[in-house]
Amino acid sequence: MSYILRRLAFYFVAAWVALTLNFFLPRAMPGNAVQSIMSKFPNLQPSAYRALEAMLGVGHPGSLWHQYVDYLRDVSTLNFGTDLSQYPAKVSTLLGQTIPWTLALVGSATVIAFLVGTGLGIVAGWRHGGWFDRALPGLMFFQAIPYFFLALILIELLAARANIFPIGQGYDGGLIPGWNSAFIGSAIYHSILPAFTIVITSLAGWMLQMRNVMITTIGEDYVVAAQAKGLSSRRVVFTYAARNAILPQLQGFGLALGFVVSGAIVMEIVFSYPGIGLLLLTAVTSNDYPLMQAIFLVITFAVLLANLILDFIIVVVDPRARTREAAR
Amino acid sequence: MTAAPPLVAGTAAITAEAAPAPRRLGQWRRLPAKAKAGVILLGIFVLAAIIGPFLAPYDPSFSSPNPALALNAPSAAHLLGTTQSGQDVLSQLLEGIRLTLVLALLVGVVATALSVIVGVTAAFLGGLWDDFLSLVSNVFLVIPSLPLLILLLGYLPQKGQIATILVLSVLGWPWGARVIRAQTMAIRGRDFVAAARETGESTLRIIAVEIVPNEISLIAASFVNTVLYAIGASVALAFIGLADVNSWSLGTMLYWAQSQQALQLGAWWWFAPPGLAVALMGTGLVLLNTGIDELGNPRLRDAGRASTIAGHHMRPADPTPVLQQEPRRRGRDGDRP
Repeated sequence: MSYILRRLAFYFVAAWVALTLNFFLPRAMPGNAVQSIMSKFPNLQPSAYRALEAMLGVGHPGSLWHQYVDYLRDVSTLNFGTDLSQYPAKVSTLLGQTIPWTLALVGSATVIAFLVGTGLGIVAGWRHGGWFDRALPGLMFFQAIPYFFLALILIELLAARANIFPIGQGYDGGLIPGWNSAFIGSAIYHSILPAFTIVITSLAGWMLQMRNVMITTIGEDYVVAAQAKGLSSRRVVFTYAARNAILPQLQGFGLALGFVVSGAIVMEIVFSYPGIGLLLLTAVTSNDYPLMQAIFLVITFAVLLANLILDFIIVVVDPRARTREAAR
Repeated sequence: MTAAPPLVAGTAAITAEAAPAPRRLGQWRRLPAKAKAGVILLGIFVLAAIIGPFLAPYDPSFSSPNPALALNAPSAAHLLGTTQSGQDVLSQLLEGIRLTLVLALLVGVVATALSVIVGVTAAFLGGLWDDFLSLVSNVFLVIPSLPLLILLLGYLPQKGQIATILVLSVLGWPWGARVIRAQTMAIRGRDFVAAARETGESTLRIIAVEIVPNEISLIAASFVNTVLYAIGASVALAFIGLADVNSWSLGTMLYWAQSQQALQLGAWWWFAPPGLAVALMGTGLVLLNTGIDELGNPRLRDAGRASTIAGHHMRPADPTPVLQQEPRRRGRDGDRP
């Protein structure tokens, strides 16, 4: 229990750091941000101008501390302000439209990559030195290819030339989003290629890590003892070696999530997928600061939440996590 | 590196130079195959970065007004073809490799230095300082870096090389710091450090002479990782347009190729080289890192050395074989004959 409390406190601090960074960064930047934005949005309404001033802390009544408290209160009520480039849309509305897409696609692709990569890593680690293990450098090449580069090539070959998959977008343009089979089928069809790209580029990382931990675990005395008892290979591999080797892998999963999210952002841009990554790009290119800030917060909080869930899982599957922390 | 032999005239110099050669060759042979492949692959790119711009046949930014030179397939005059505005792709590639590599190496040096400083300081000061520094590095590890990078570069008025280097370095140190802190904690308790402390060595000297040299492989691995991260992040940022798109890096090449529809126009020679260069550089770094890993971890190193003992194909982790008089196929759980 104290372990979970410690972790909760940690994520609380991390969330606070992200919020504070988000608040102080625009204020620390050189130049008058409001003026430079105003010149980019000549037909901005006065109310938006005031909102912008309040957000960036220029000409705003009250001290910095006052603004900070206001800002924290706004965020806690999910009030991210008004959007600039798609005025008068609320930022939270825009977020609500895009988050489900990213969550469904990136979430499932990441879980698939993790499961398949870990499974292959178990095989490669157990049969180390075998032909499968020797194919690893080839996989490293896939890992090193930039996400978006592979994605663009796949789009060109499988979508533009061979017409097997759609070129981009989240669903067929003629359909109206809703819970009907035509729309869901179209959405799944459109997500196959992006998901495949994520899986293939992140697979090798999981596999390599699992293989290395497996090899180290296999050398442990208890695994040797299990083999000496004459247990079946399957039992030794899964209940003795892999069961323990997967714990560092789970911890790595949390830390790697940030990278996965980063790759997914660029991937969405390439596929013009209607998720949060594409929204971030449009926000940055149109200097839409309120939207940029909100997206950063949402992504960060999602990663923190995923890490927290992962910590719960680790506590359940690894009793050492509890005692180790208690002993500290 | 062995010390350079004194340059005396004639035969003396030759024999002096010849002596260390076999030993160095032997060390090279003992390196894991993956590390060798990585070193060779990276060597090619470093060479291209050093001498490339002198070999570049054209000015990478020179766009020919002659429409016949636009979007040419590779030929003798343009070994990698031309872009839509008639720029030579090979010249851009050579310039781009240099710029990307220099950026990544600078980020690697700055970020690794930061992580050594933070990691060693945290382990040595202990107590509240350790808690604080560990907390900071863990927080920055868990906050996804690319969105933060995009946010930072989005605010900056000009998005030049220096801005990218600074931003990448500031966000690139936590992983290394964490690993180095753990290792320093382990080394700090060893006898030789205690001995150094007993003889009255200053803390700074202990850190510089006893601790850091013992972590050199870890620091090297963290440097390689940081360079890898810097290449990936800088290329991705440039690709989405968050860089000085008028300079030639591998990322900006891809940015222009994408925005001018190189793939749709079928100009693979424009699009493929920068992407492949990034992928090969990355592969080289990953191979090198795996090699360093294998040097430090004998279990990983010997993993590939399965041997045949008395007709049985044995792997290093298998239990010692108990050979029977007449080999029989055993039951699944080994209890039935």
